[in-house]
Amino acid sequence: MSTHVIEATGLTKRYGSSRAVDGIDLTVEEGEVLGMLGPNGAGKTTTILMLLGLTEASEGSIRILGKDPVREPLAVKRDVGYLPDAVGFYDNLSGRENLRYTARLGGMSAEEADRRIDDALQRVHLSHVGDHRVATYSRGMRQRLGLAELLMRDSRIAILDEPTSGLDPQSTTELLELIRGFAKDGMTVLVSSHLLDVVQSICNRVALFNKGRIGFVGTVAELAQNVADGAFHIEVGADGFDVGMLAEEIDGVSGVTADGDGFWKITASRDIRPDLAKGIVEKGGALKNLDAHRVTLGEAYNLFFREAGNEA
Amino acid sequence: MKREGSPLKGVMTIALKEAADHMTSARMHLIMLLVLLTAAGAVYAAIDQIRATTSEDPFLFLKLFTVARQPLPSFASFMGFLLPLVAIALGFDGVNGEFGRRTMSRILAQPIYRDAVLFGKFLGGMLVIGIALLTLWLLMIGLGILLLGLPPSAGDMARSLAYLAATLIYTGVWLALALAFSTLIKAPATSALAALSVWLIFSIFWSMITPFVANVISPVDPFNPISVVNAFETQQALARISPATLYGEVAQMLLDPASRSVGPVFMSQMQGALVGAPLPTLQSILIVWPQISGLFAAMVLLFTGAYVFFQRQEVRA
Repeated sequence: MSTHVIEATGLTKRYGSSRAVDGIDLTVEEGEVLGMLGPNGAGKTTTILMLLGLTEASEGSIRILGKDPVREPLAVKRDVGYLPDAVGFYDNLSGRENLRYTARLGGMSAEEADRRIDDALQRVHLSHVGDHRVATYSRGMRQRLGLAELLMRDSRIAILDEPTSGLDPQSTTELLELIRGFAKDGMTVLVSSHLLDVVQSICNRVALFNKGRIGFVGTVAELAQNVADGAFHIEVGADGFDVGMLAEEIDGVSGVTADGDGFWKITASRDIRPDLAKGIVEKGGALKNLDAHRVTLGEAYNLFFREAGNEA
Repeated sequence: MKREGSPLKGVMTIALKEAADHMTSARMHLIMLLVLLTAAGAVYAAIDQIRATTSEDPFLFLKLFTVARQPLPSFASFMGFLLPLVAIALGFDGVNGEFGRRTMSRILAQPIYRDAVLFGKFLGGMLVIGIALLTLWLLMIGLGILLLGLPPSAGDMARSLAYLAATLIYTGVWLALALAFSTLIKAPATSALAALSVWLIFSIFWSMITPFVANVISPVDPFNPISVVNAFETQQALARISPATLYGEVAQMLLDPASRSVGPVFMSQMQGALVGAPLPTLQSILIVWPQISGLFAAMVLLFTGAYVFFQRQEVRA
């Protein structure tokens, strides 16, 4: 059996003449946590809805656990749990009643449902408020109730759309911890977000969405390397000496810009600080500052979307 | 390729939940209180009137539904006026409310077809309306027995049961209308207003508009007697576009065994008829069968419209 639990090829969704999703290829392995990153309106939610069969793709094919979500929607939806962006529950019912309703829709027997609901609520730390009306729940509690629903249904694949949006930092951490637990249990998880640090901490791989396309798929480390070329950014400050002239002679330097007032910014493929320091001191310059850093993931992420934005 | 599984899976679950929601909602309690009060008032007035004016009648019980004492209208006309309001209260936020609460995409992600949601909503509403009407009907019978001191005859029962069924269909038309608006219009307040305007137009203004329109379509020629009949028939045809008119005709025919026709009757047609003699129940039903079918067709049509639109609707919106 193939270990690809999700396979999408050439996925396209057109609304009139505009393309919300434009030829996306995506494969997800079993037990993997894939982060779908991108700004709002990049096509993440549309892709998710197509994966679930809630929206029909204009072009392309999808296989979820070997099934087509448009042709066999019930089988696909049995195995896939979906937590929508800003999930809603029936406010006049308690958390437990809300779950009982979806359990009945899934065709679960009452006893089994009650047992599973107890377990699920326990796991998301909502046991003590399970019988309270959902109207009294905070945003974070609603999201956790949404996760409890996925647990109760024993989904093999969980698709979470912006699970942490609008949550305070503590709730976010809690929620991410729960999601990490899902993955540990062998659940395949797709998380969409526009925040890198959310995805970074729990995902094996990330897919960067932009303007309906996937610009990059790979591990977080690969992202840093690919987008940033692993380059070093060095800031030098020196008095009475033109560092620019010196830097251009050093091997591996790809760019030098003067920042004025005796400061320069140098981009290099390796750490050239020793060469710079030696050169400056030898030529009698006064070294004021010597700083080097690699591009952080956040910068890489921003850089990616800036570049993608410029291309378009 | 045929789609797998039944589109009706989950319908009963949704219907029962909807029904439970309606039963416990303050909205429903208020409107049922209104209906109960008006119904009780109408029946009480009718009983007074019957005591004062009727000495003997084989269908005394049915008079409870139709007799009116000024200024109150009869029970049947109260129902024709108020039941749409009940149906609209149940249905106006059926679909857009789920979007508003953001529960729609979560429910549709459950292993059920989209069809089940709308079917379930309609069935749930009909279930509640059915229970309410049955209660009302039993109350009527009970009040009649208590205050008139007479048990209803078999004919009374048969006719009032047929009336009950027709009333359910009539209310179904308005429920389907309210659901249709709730799928078409995103904001619940707007869809409620739209449904209420249709209700007002059909129950109050329609009977004022139709004579004018009929006069334009088939004007009366004073030298041609048949043009008067034509004008009347045009007006009646126009009036029957309104479900309230159809329901009024059905109620009149079913609750008054002596009435023979809902249209114009010529003297020649009355020849040999025993004026005031009751028709058999089935004959009465037969006369208004077109009206009943019309109401049923309107219900199906409105529901189908809502269904088609709902199936094509974007979930994310």
